[in-house]
Amino acid sequence: MMSTSRTDILTAIRKNKPAAVPRPTLRDLSSSGIEGDLLALFKKHLKEADGEFYRLESGKEVSALIKKLFPDAKVICSATPEVKGSRPIKPDTDPHSLADVDVGVFRAKFGVAENGAIWVTEEDLVITALGVLPEHLIVLLDPDRIVSNMHAAYREVKLDEHHYGCFMMGPSATADIGAVHVNGAQGSRSLAIIFLAH
Amino acid sequence: MSFNIVHPEKLAAEFLNKDKQHEPQHDEHLWTSRVKRDKEAASIPEWEEFRELASRIKQHTLTHLDQYLEQFEINAVKHGAVVHWARTAEEHNQIVLDILRQHSVKDVIKSKSMLQEECGMIPFLEKHGISVTESDLGERIQQLDKEQPSHIVVPAVHKTKEDIARLFARHIGTDPNNTDAHYLNDSMRKHARPLFLKAQAAMTGANFAIAETGSFVVCTNEGNADIGASLPPLHIASIGIEKLIPTTEDLAIFIRMLSRSALGSKITQYTSHFSGPRKNSELHIILTDNGRSKRLGMPEFWESLKCIRCGACMNTCPVFRRSSGLSYGAVYGGPIGIILDPTIDEKKYSELPYHSSLCGSCTEVCPVKIDISGQIRQWRRVMADHKRLSLIRRLAFKAGAAVLSRPKLFRAAEAGAYGSIKLLPHFLIYNNLFNAWGKHREMPPFAKETFHDWYQKNHENDEHIQD
Amino acid sequence: MTVGLFIPCYIDAVYPEVAIATLQLLEKLHVKVEYPAAQICCGQPMANEGDQVDSAPVEQHFVETFRNYEYIVAPSASCVSHVRLYMDAIRQTPEVQQVRRSTFELVEFITDILKITEFPWAEFPHSIAIHNSCSAIRSLHIAQSTEVMSTPFDKTAALLRKVKGLKLVTMDRPDECCGFGGTFCVTDEAVSASMGKDKNADITRHGAQFAASTDMSCLMHLQGIARREKTDLEFIHVAQILNGGPYSRPNNSLTKEPGNSNIDGQPSANSKNKSHVL
Repeated sequence: MMSTSRTDILTAIRKNKPAAVPRPTLRDLSSSGIEGDLLALFKKHLKEADGEFYRLESGKEVSALIKKLFPDAKVICSATPEVKGSRPIKPDTDPHSLADVDVGVFRAKFGVAENGAIWVTEEDLVITALGVLPEHLIVLLDPDRIVSNMHAAYREVKLDEHHYGCFMMGPSATADIGAVHVNGAQGSRSLAIIFLAH
Repeated sequence: MSFNIVHPEKLAAEFLNKDKQHEPQHDEHLWTSRVKRDKEAASIPEWEEFRELASRIKQHTLTHLDQYLEQFEINAVKHGAVVHWARTAEEHNQIVLDILRQHSVKDVIKSKSMLQEECGMIPFLEKHGISVTESDLGERIQQLDKEQPSHIVVPAVHKTKEDIARLFARHIGTDPNNTDAHYLNDSMRKHARPLFLKAQAAMTGANFAIAETGSFVVCTNEGNADIGASLPPLHIASIGIEKLIPTTEDLAIFIRMLSRSALGSKITQYTSHFSGPRKNSELHIILTDNGRSKRLGMPEFWESLKCIRCGACMNTCPVFRRSSGLSYGAVYGGPIGIILDPTIDEKKYSELPYHSSLCGSCTEVCPVKIDISGQIRQWRRVMADHKRLSLIRRLAFKAGAAVLSRPKLFRAAEAGAYGSIKLLPHFLIYNNLFNAWGKHREMPPFAKETFHDWYQKNHENDEHIQD
Repeated sequence: MTVGLFIPCYIDAVYPEVAIATLQLLEKLHVKVEYPAAQICCGQPMANEGDQVDSAPVEQHFVETFRNYEYIVAPSASCVSHVRLYMDAIRQTPEVQQVRRSTFELVEFITDILKITEFPWAEFPHSIAIHNSCSAIRSLHIAQSTEVMSTPFDKTAALLRKVKGLKLVTMDRPDECCGFGGTFCVTDEAVSASMGKDKNADITRHGAQFAASTDMSCLMHLQGIARREKTDLEFIHVAQILNGGPYSRPNNSLTKEPGNSNIDGQPSANSKNKSHVL
């Protein structure tokens, strides 16, 4: 039955599709909408998306900052070697076990100046739930790894290599109740970027 | 399939007359999105070029859709996904049920999917004993209130904070008098978490499917799709066949436009890309037609398949903002709904094309350049051709056309207009039938002498002309 | 050049002063104008409903009436947009196509064909909000719509800026539909009235005394609402401002004195403060 459906759908498309429209050629758009220093733009747009940022020099400083920002945090789970969390994470960790994580820590591959988003993949998270289940996120980012806009970003992205990859722009948000902007709808309540060279 | 004909004007009047709060707030919130959209669109100097590019990429993909679907399937399978094909909503739902049964699933957590909405999937699964929880906050609100989403991006935008506070009080035990959005949101977050953790399967839709890589993209602001997809070992994604685009290079254009058009933000907080299943998990993709291949063969309407479901046409539509999406009585409301719904059921939705002032704003705001307003006009022609115009409308036209093409009749009718107001402009004919003009408006001030008469009397040797 | 003047039915019957202003203005601009007496309607009311069958004879009559004119000018963006963009219920003969191409709305005719920018006789010492109709904006491109990310322009405003004493007022939603929409105004009465109320409120909130438009059909609807709500807002066609009147009915006195009669033939509530009352 499934193969019949496949054939039927493809046959109907072949029968019905309008005359071919050629594929437009895309010119280089990597500077579209971008004026000025990439890092400065990244910070500005991250702020607009309710993200925070800090510039630190070492993993130790990151751990100290986490303690300062989240003094009550019990479970800290880190996917990056610079920060040693309170609970280890491995590829075969049951994602459900991250339900009580207060702070998740990982390193993003790069940032996007246009919107303040970071690109993070399954590889960076060890398990994907680390990107969305923790109450708060601390994300390390090499300040030299900021691309201009989404055109430049998608040139860096290798979808074939990861089952999951995400442009994350600040913490979770919603405005579904009375159009009031609220962070922490379902994913993280806060997201702070730590500029720390790789 | 046809039940009663939907009368959007009546449902709209109910919404407008409800109180002095719902409609003004609805209008204001959606207009704010439109204003933010303008600001964000202006931040891309090539915006109008982008609209053209996005339109052509979609046209190209749709006119090669068979090839791109095959390419997508090959690459998705390469990543380990299982690809299913569904001709209809019923077939889609059956495939979902079969997969869920194979995995003994009892609880599903799902993110927003207009396609699953279109298929009536939740009622179907519930009938078969499977519990399904909407995880998008707006969708969850609508699910608890047993209503359809009223907007494709902000499903509960027609509700006030007070409505939601009362609803949550009934269902999740919050304080009915506490209307603070932070409190309500946080309560739902805490309520939803165990449901995420308990679910044995996650379902999502997709905003885009990329043929080149076999990946699909889900855009959310809440991260709810990602939570769902990262927990249970089973992820089912329903993808309408029109969601295909060729490459990630094309994707950049759409991602830059989607959320700017929808809510006036640069991108959604989460723009998530799925290429095959997680480790020790299964990913099932259901490529669903449900009338799309048929629409592809409608020369005047196929371009509606370019739609990326941003909702910009709803935000900008002055009629939608005053009516709410529920007035359209269909899964898809607003301008895009007017042109999609009749392809699903022409009779039931025969009045929708008239729920528009034809202002044309939808066409100009559309990021993929669907001439929505032009298609609404075209649908009116279809409805007239197929004799679907209501009797009153038809009678008025017959009378009107007879008078409007015959000078003597026209002047005679016009002469009778002053005082008795029996004139032909059609709104006035309607006025006599419905008295609709006069409900909120004074009558227009008929002149004692028409221009036609004045010209005959005065113009040849008129003195005012050079004054 | 001889122009065939097309006066839409509702202007003929309800607002003849707008037709007179249009005629006089064109003549002031040294255009030879003829008003073919056989004219009636362009077919828009039927065509907008999708009724091509009943639209066809009306469209045919329009073409027959105007086929011999080099230009056809109408003080209505809505009718002109029907003729130019949608008049296809009849066979598209070269003659039909010629008539469609040659039909212009007054503001665009003055701007693009006559290329006239000065109206030394015109004076209107009032604050005005321009209501360019949806047809004017999105069909005829008399003004740039706010949806489109492109350099803004407004041909109506450009002309009105040349009028002595006139002050232009901007609205929060300058190109939001007023809710008239032809038969929409009665078939979707509640929504239409709500849109109209919001439009009037936007105009009033910004201190405008008048709403000026290229389309009397929009203004008829807005005026109906304003009179019902007993607000002071007044309504005027752009042709009347550019021509310097007439501001009231041909069979009433054509005087421009303050305290003139208003549309209902009754003294306006605030006529002391306004010299031009429609």
